[in-house]
Amino acid sequence: MAAVQWRSRGRNYDTELQRCRPEAAPVEFGDYHPLKPIMVTDTKTRRGARKGSTSSSSSSSSSAPADPLSSMLDGTDPLSMFASEAPTISHSASTGDLGRKRREKEEEAVGQDFEPWSSKRGEILARFTTTEKLSINLFMGSDKGKAPSPGSAVSEKVRTRLEELDDLEEGSQRELLNLSQQDYANRIEELNQSLKEAWASDQKVKALKIVIQCSKLLSDTSVIQFYPSKFVLITDILDTFGRLVYDRIWTMCSDPRPLPESFTVDDVNDTAKETCLNWFFKIASIRELLPRLYVEAAILKCNRFLNKSGIQETLPRLTAMIRGIGDPLVAAYTRAYLCRVGMEVAPQLKDSLNRNFFDLLGTFRQISGESVQNQLVQQRVEVPEYLTLYSPAINWILQCIAYRAPEPLLTEMMERCKKLGNNALLLNSVMRAFRPEFVAARATDFIGMIKDCDEAGFPKHLLFGSLGRSLACADPPESERLTILNEAWKVVTKVRSPQDYINCAEIWMEFTCRHFTKREVNTILADIIKHMTPDRAFEDAYPQLQSVIRKILTYLHDFSVLFAMERFLPFLDMFQKDSVRVEVCRSIMEVFIKHQVEHTRDPVILNAMLHICKTMHDSVNALTLEDEKRSLALLIIGFIRMVSFGRDFEQQLSFCVEARATFCNLEPVLVQLIHTVNQLAMETSRVMRGSHSRKTAAFVRACAAYSFITIPSLSSIFSRLSLYLLSGQVALANQCLSQADAFLKAAVSILPEVPRSISVEGKLRSSESFLLDFINNFLATLLVVPDHPEHGVLYLVRGLLNMVQDYTWEDNSDAKVRVYVSALPLLAAMSQETYLYSIPKVDSNETLYGGDPKFLSEINKLSETLIGQILDHLKTLGRDEQSTRRQGALAFSLFGVLLAHGDLRNNKLSQLAINLWNLSHKHGYCETRVSVRTLEYIKHQALQPDMSHLTDTVQRLALQSRT
Amino acid sequence: MSVTLDIRLKRANKVYHEGEVVAGVILLVCKEALQHHGISLNMEGLVNLQLSSKSVGVFEAFYNSVKPIQLISSNVEVAKAGKVPAGKTEIPFEFPLNTKGNKVLYETYHGVFVNIQYTLRCDMKRSLLAKDLSRNCEFIVHCQPQKAKVVPTPVNFTITPDTLQNTRERTSLPKFLIRGHLDATNCVISQPLTGEVVVENSDVPIKSIELQLVRVETCGCAEGYARDATEIQNIQIAEGDVCHSLSIPIYMVFPRLFTCPTLETTNFKVEFEVNIVIVLHDDHLITENFPLKLCRV
Repeated sequence: MAAVQWRSRGRNYDTELQRCRPEAAPVEFGDYHPLKPIMVTDTKTRRGARKGSTSSSSSSSSSAPADPLSSMLDGTDPLSMFASEAPTISHSASTGDLGRKRREKEEEAVGQDFEPWSSKRGEILARFTTTEKLSINLFMGSDKGKAPSPGSAVSEKVRTRLEELDDLEEGSQRELLNLSQQDYANRIEELNQSLKEAWASDQKVKALKIVIQCSKLLSDTSVIQFYPSKFVLITDILDTFGRLVYDRIWTMCSDPRPLPESFTVDDVNDTAKETCLNWFFKIASIRELLPRLYVEAAILKCNRFLNKSGIQETLPRLTAMIRGIGDPLVAAYTRAYLCRVGMEVAPQLKDSLNRNFFDLLGTFRQISGESVQNQLVQQRVEVPEYLTLYSPAINWILQCIAYRAPEPLLTEMMERCKKLGNNALLLNSVMRAFRPEFVAARATDFIGMIKDCDEAGFPKHLLFGSLGRSLACADPPESERLTILNEAWKVVTKVRSPQDYINCAEIWMEFTCRHFTKREVNTILADIIKHMTPDRAFEDAYPQLQSVIRKILTYLHDFSVLFAMERFLPFLDMFQKDSVRVEVCRSIMEVFIKHQVEHTRDPVILNAMLHICKTMHDSVNALTLEDEKRSLALLIIGFIRMVSFGRDFEQQLSFCVEARATFCNLEPVLVQLIHTVNQLAMETSRVMRGSHSRKTAAFVRACAAYSFITIPSLSSIFSRLSLYLLSGQVALANQCLSQADAFLKAAVSILPEVPRSISVEGKLRSSESFLLDFINNFLATLLVVPDHPEHGVLYLVRGLLNMVQDYTWEDNSDAKVRVYVSALPLLAAMSQETYLYSIPKVDSNETLYGGDPKFLSEINKLSETLIGQILDHLKTLGRDEQSTRRQGALAFSLFGVLLAHGDLRNNKLSQLAINLWNLSHKHGYCETRVSVRTLEYIKHQALQPDMSHLTDTVQRLALQSRT
Repeated sequence: MSVTLDIRLKRANKVYHEGEVVAGVILLVCKEALQHHGISLNMEGLVNLQLSSKSVGVFEAFYNSVKPIQLISSNVEVAKAGKVPAGKTEIPFEFPLNTKGNKVLYETYHGVFVNIQYTLRCDMKRSLLAKDLSRNCEFIVHCQPQKAKVVPTPVNFTITPDTLQNTRERTSLPKFLIRGHLDATNCVISQPLTGEVVVENSDVPIKSIELQLVRVETCGCAEGYARDATEIQNIQIAEGDVCHSLSIPIYMVFPRLFTCPTLETTNFKVEFEVNIVIVLHDDHLITENFPLKLCRV
């Protein structure tokens, strides 16, 4: 078989291209659109130009039947049709659904701009914590006389049920001692659950008892630091209860159809009214004041079922009743709860809100009273800490009052606070609760008031913190801004405790960034550094420092200004814990990538950014997760892409050198750098219009050298291979022949290192297909690479084929032979007089050898060897029954190559082709359609001039009959 | 074979007045047809008097006077012996609430020694093998509103150590001054008791201020009587050391069933009082008593 003689078919690429081009058919763009009803379009192909197409012209026409897409376009589309139907649909929705919607709607009645309780909740729970041991004391049914039973007009049934309950839980006084805060919260949640369960299992009395016992817990002020959190937990239960009762009565009236949203008392049936009344009588007979108040407040909304003015009458009464609570803290929170319920149920009733606040002011003197002071001494709580316990309650009350309140009311409130000797606690709440615009407009007044406050009770930095928070949202008059900042900062800077200081400074940063220039920001940064450096105080304040950075980044997007601030980088140096440091760098980088639109060469930016990127890069270690690495690399790449020195290419290259040294651990960054440098070389070539001067030639060689020494440091074999190839192509395009040679040689030499399997997205996959792709790509490049004068003919092709031969391919794989098959077209292309493509200013082999017969015979010899190898392999395959399919496919592909590239006028080749055809059809694995089309193609080819010999061949190719 | 017998009144709140008609249905639910020997319905209003154990010895002589007083009674046969079909059967009924002679329908009242109660009782007689069925249902009678208009007369009070009676050691009493008023002592039963109390000053912190509602029941006749005061409910209106010279509202809803308009008959009396109880931190108990006159308008 080695006797096969290879002759490449002569090709004239130009004429072939001409033949293949379809006739340009003009398309009227005016009314053509792919989504319009299908139009009649005609495409004419020149007869016989395309492989195997039988019809000389194909036309498709249709008269645009009811197209589903276009029919949608006129008239209403289905979505808006649904939308218009929606209201009618919702009428038929289930009651439960309605109930939920109803609640949502009512919340809306307050308006979106009202910060709901739910958002305060978490904050309070997180803020008021304790490590002391807590206790829960529940008397379930043990105090018969005090239970609600005697006062209520309950039916026989309920009474017996009540007795059962008493039996069940007689004396079940549970005292849970030594609870940690978490245990406490869990217990309360358990109670919440058992409340729901009791309700669901129709044990209404038990449910009521749970609620009463829980609200009783609120009169216990031991472990006072935890009181606000306790309030939050327990009022959750009360809310649940209120909702359960309301929904129950609601459903009682929902028969036969649900109550309308704005139902009146007349819509409520007698049974529902009676049930509702029962609840109120029951609650009215609760012995203790606090549970009575809380539970009645919880079901305040149910008054709607009884009479029109119920809520209106009850709110002031409850407000007045709160005066009976002796402990000022307990009273303040009860007021907060009442306001909360009031806002939810009847936001229009502002009077009782105000009433609550005035009562609160009235009882303020109690705080300094003996009972409270004794309690504080007993619990070892300082006055300032005690006062902060009030703030959630007072804040909430004021927030309710301030919501959409007219300006005069707010002014009046302020005056009242002033009258109370500028009570710091109140002032603080006023600033937090009132509209920021209101506070901002009077910022100077407020500063005056803060100054007048007595220092003893409430720390001033908290006051300035609150003021700062308002000013961060609303702008004070322009003329006052600087004075405000100066006044505020005078106090802030004097705060001794670093933690208090940074909390306050962080808030004021926003105001400063909004209204002032880098000078002021810089001053504040300097001040922060001064305060936080001693004793490494910054270690405890990372969140606040981070927030300072975030605020600066929100307002300062000009990085040249940012980095020009003297204190910015020293400020960054305070982040000494690695994880935080990296996070900060990351956030800076993110802002940079988002906001830096123009390429930059500003040395200040570059230095600072390099520093930041280096910090990120240096945080990478063996334990860093892949994802983390990837995202860091992306950020750094983002930075590298923004760097441009314009026409100063050398500077750019040296930047890349520096970057390579800095970011050596992140492969994606290195890959990006190589791409950047390659791009740089091509850019140079573009600027020089393809012909390099001596200087630019040296520069592009330097670029090539950069790539050449960078690529080996990559660990991923395929990035290395493709970069070698790419860089080789770039070098060729820049006429750096020896560099190109070196790249390609390097690529060939690392081929044996390619592992048989690689991991792709975490899965192990065979590398064969990747490798084949690469080799084919590589072969295509080899066409234009001129032979090295010192090495033999086709040095690189031979080298590659040798490597392919020596590579340990997978067992039972035809990959090697497939490479051989695809090398044949290359060899054929090389033997043409004019090559299919070439690189400007580079002489390919066509010019070097000028069609030298010796060169051609070398090619032919090589081809023959390859064919010999392929045929050997085919034979091996023939021995095994199972591999006949592979044999057929391989034979057919070789046949295809012979047909396309071989000169079949040569009898031997033609005979070989026919043999291969027969071999591929021997076992019947060949797809008949492909065979038929191939035959047709050959017949077309035969019509060409000097291809008539194919007519003989085609007659000898027998189609396999379908059996 | 399960069968349930129930009485359902038309009014959800079960409240009726003299001269009105008590209407409702007898509800029978059974799975199979039910044989019975007649269903009857009985309406009765009774005053039960009881003597407290401490007075029994002394007033044994009056034993006779303590037997129940019947206010109203009537009986109807709802169905003759026969069969009730399977499923749900509703038999409507009506009773006019009319008294015979000069008897008065007192208002429903559940007390300790005096009980005024109105019931409907339905009986179903059945064959020897099956138990007779019976069902009770209480309904509530409110007496006719009184004609005369109630003019609220506020009652002011001031409590100091000097105003107290019944003190053992006046010297050891701490100083205090508590002022206040009740909006009225002749109260409408359906309206809450209201007023205000102000702690002007107190040497010892206040622990609690409570309203104690007390019933005073008297049973007896010409020869003698037993008078007993017992607590109905105790409502706390202030807890802890309340703010001085700030008025605290007095507010108490009169519980249903356990209160009725003040009642005076030849055989028994039901009266009410309220105590304002102030508990000081050293457990001193200061009580101010106000007799109430309840009425219905």
